[in-house]
Amino acid sequence: MTESTSIKQKMPIRIRVEPRLNENPAWYPPLVSFGALIVALILGGILITLAGGDALRSYQHIAKASFGDIGVLSDTIVKATPIILAALACSVAFRMKLWNIGAEGQFIMGAWGASAVVLTSVLPVDTSRWVFIPVMMLAGMAMGAAWGFIPGYLKAKFNVNEIISTLMLNYVAVAWVNFWIFGVWTEGGFQMSPKFPDGASLPRLLEFAKIFPAVRGLTTHLGLLIGIVAAVILWLIVFRSRWGYEIRLIGDNPQAAQYAGINITQNTIWVMMLSGALAGLGGMSEISGVVHRLQTAPIAAGYGFTGIIVAWLAKLNPLVIIFVSILFGALILAGREIQPSGVPKMIQGIILVCLIASDFLLRYRIVISREEE
Amino acid sequence: MISELFTMTVLIGILSSGVRLATPYLYASIGETFGQRSGVLNLGVEGQMLLGAFTAFYVAMNTGSLWLGVLAAMIVGAVMGLAMAFVTVNLHAQQGISGIGFYLFGLGMSDLLFQKMMGTVRTVQGFPKIGIPFLSDIPGIGDIFFNHNILVYGAYLLVLVAWFVLNKTNLGLKIRAVGENPDAADSLGVSVARVRYFTIILGGTLSGVAGASLSIALLNVFQQNMTSGLGFIAVALVYFGAWRPFGVLIGALLFSMVNSLQLWIQVLGVPIPSEIAVMMPYVLTILVLVATVSKVRAPSALTKPFEREE
Repeated sequence: MTESTSIKQKMPIRIRVEPRLNENPAWYPPLVSFGALIVALILGGILITLAGGDALRSYQHIAKASFGDIGVLSDTIVKATPIILAALACSVAFRMKLWNIGAEGQFIMGAWGASAVVLTSVLPVDTSRWVFIPVMMLAGMAMGAAWGFIPGYLKAKFNVNEIISTLMLNYVAVAWVNFWIFGVWTEGGFQMSPKFPDGASLPRLLEFAKIFPAVRGLTTHLGLLIGIVAAVILWLIVFRSRWGYEIRLIGDNPQAAQYAGINITQNTIWVMMLSGALAGLGGMSEISGVVHRLQTAPIAAGYGFTGIIVAWLAKLNPLVIIFVSILFGALILAGREIQPSGVPKMIQGIILVCLIASDFLLRYRIVISREEE
Repeated sequence: MISELFTMTVLIGILSSGVRLATPYLYASIGETFGQRSGVLNLGVEGQMLLGAFTAFYVAMNTGSLWLGVLAAMIVGAVMGLAMAFVTVNLHAQQGISGIGFYLFGLGMSDLLFQKMMGTVRTVQGFPKIGIPFLSDIPGIGDIFFNHNILVYGAYLLVLVAWFVLNKTNLGLKIRAVGENPDAADSLGVSVARVRYFTIILGGTLSGVAGASLSIALLNVFQQNMTSGLGFIAVALVYFGAWRPFGVLIGALLFSMVNSLQLWIQVLGVPIPSEIAVMMPYVLTILVLVATVSKVRAPSALTKPFEREE
């Protein structure tokens, strides 16, 4: 005992934190994110156990209920689809350091816009799918973009904090949809609109069961393809276009962007609109691919918030977002059956906090040194 | 039916429940005010409130002591505040995003605990009304202001205390200095980290009380996601109130009055769509932000992590 203390006194260990001066190697950021994920799952497991649950069984259940066979895998992908679009929405705003917390509201308004096309009979009920779907997509994107425009414009012109304005607009969006489905579009007094005609729903894999029997019962819908195409286009915009360069420069160094003559005001508005349009497209995909009627609960299910986590975990890279979304689709899918039901949200929260905290390791290094006296 | 809204009894009812419903806003927003004045935006208030609400309810139900419930909620809020402080102060995390993480955590965790430990919605006998002698006998005024439970009075008292601490004490000076110019504060020997730890933990503690005020003083039940956005409005109220306790008080009263009006509209069946009334406070917040943004300035260091130049 005394010996060990004397050794300690001779060689005290000092832990210091230094900013990283060199660029991190390519493998390092994913490793840190992965580490944060593991730490989050362990912390979550401890909390589940403390609350009287069985952590290991919860996690096993998540894995089995989400990837166990082709049927549940398809369900996982269905859950991942809206997350992909919501996360893309968050990623492009975050890239410019615009903290759009309102993907949730933009998603809901997108769903409303797409529904309005059907429910106001702009198009006749028996319109072909190939007309219905593009019009619904446009309407969803337009409403989402409008919902992004408001905070974007207020930020650009009046410097109104976008975190607060987007948060408030989330609640306005929910009330707005409620207003329409409780009163105007209600089906027999229920809090939902009538079911959409077949032409207004996205094609699903199960429709091809006659040709390929293997896809029988699979509910994966065209929204997945829309999400992937959107991710590729967004990747091209962000990394291969002049506009993307401007967005990245504003995000990394607004002063330099200003000197370079980049119009920050205009970009703020455009990027918020793009962000809103992507989230709105997500809302359209969910309403037309899964819900098939306007209803609040399945639309305002927190996809916008999950999108924040996914965007962050994917380091704002649109292509990585696709894969991370599938992981979170699994978490949410399993969460439907898992008891108690709070687990997925709680785990998502811990994951997000751990991820953000782990960014520290990207910017600083921890130096453990022996102090020379 | 519109005229029914303006009978004396109804009017007193609306004002009285408005005064009462401001309670959770006040605790949470005053706590948040301290955090923001020191430069930290805590977006996790909603999560802290939910966990506080559950803890207070559970402890009060099992021990029969409402005050133990409040104390437990304060401890839970403080622990979440501590975690938030570590992540924002030591790890320099982006505050808006990590706050959403704490929100989701509180939302899920309170749900998990509720299902594991209670299972069904139950009610508890909350804090009783205490009429203030003489004052509560004044017709109208008495019912509006002086016939509430102790946590309601506490919330209004807290506004006064917060104003005093922020503006008239050495501690308040330090908090404001750290929020405006952390470099200068640091060079004068004020520990930026210590002040921020203090304000964030205080904010968490008060958010816990805010949750407790919902579950054991106002509604006397616990349900999943029972705050439904109250905590986020509490954050917005700090902007609304221009980072001043009395500004926050005005905002909180405005919000709670609109809430109360909307409840009465539903009760009386006045033909105004209630969703429009639900939207109003949120729209109003945005409009107030637009109107005041050129006149009041946020604390300069708000959301900026502090890094000492060496």
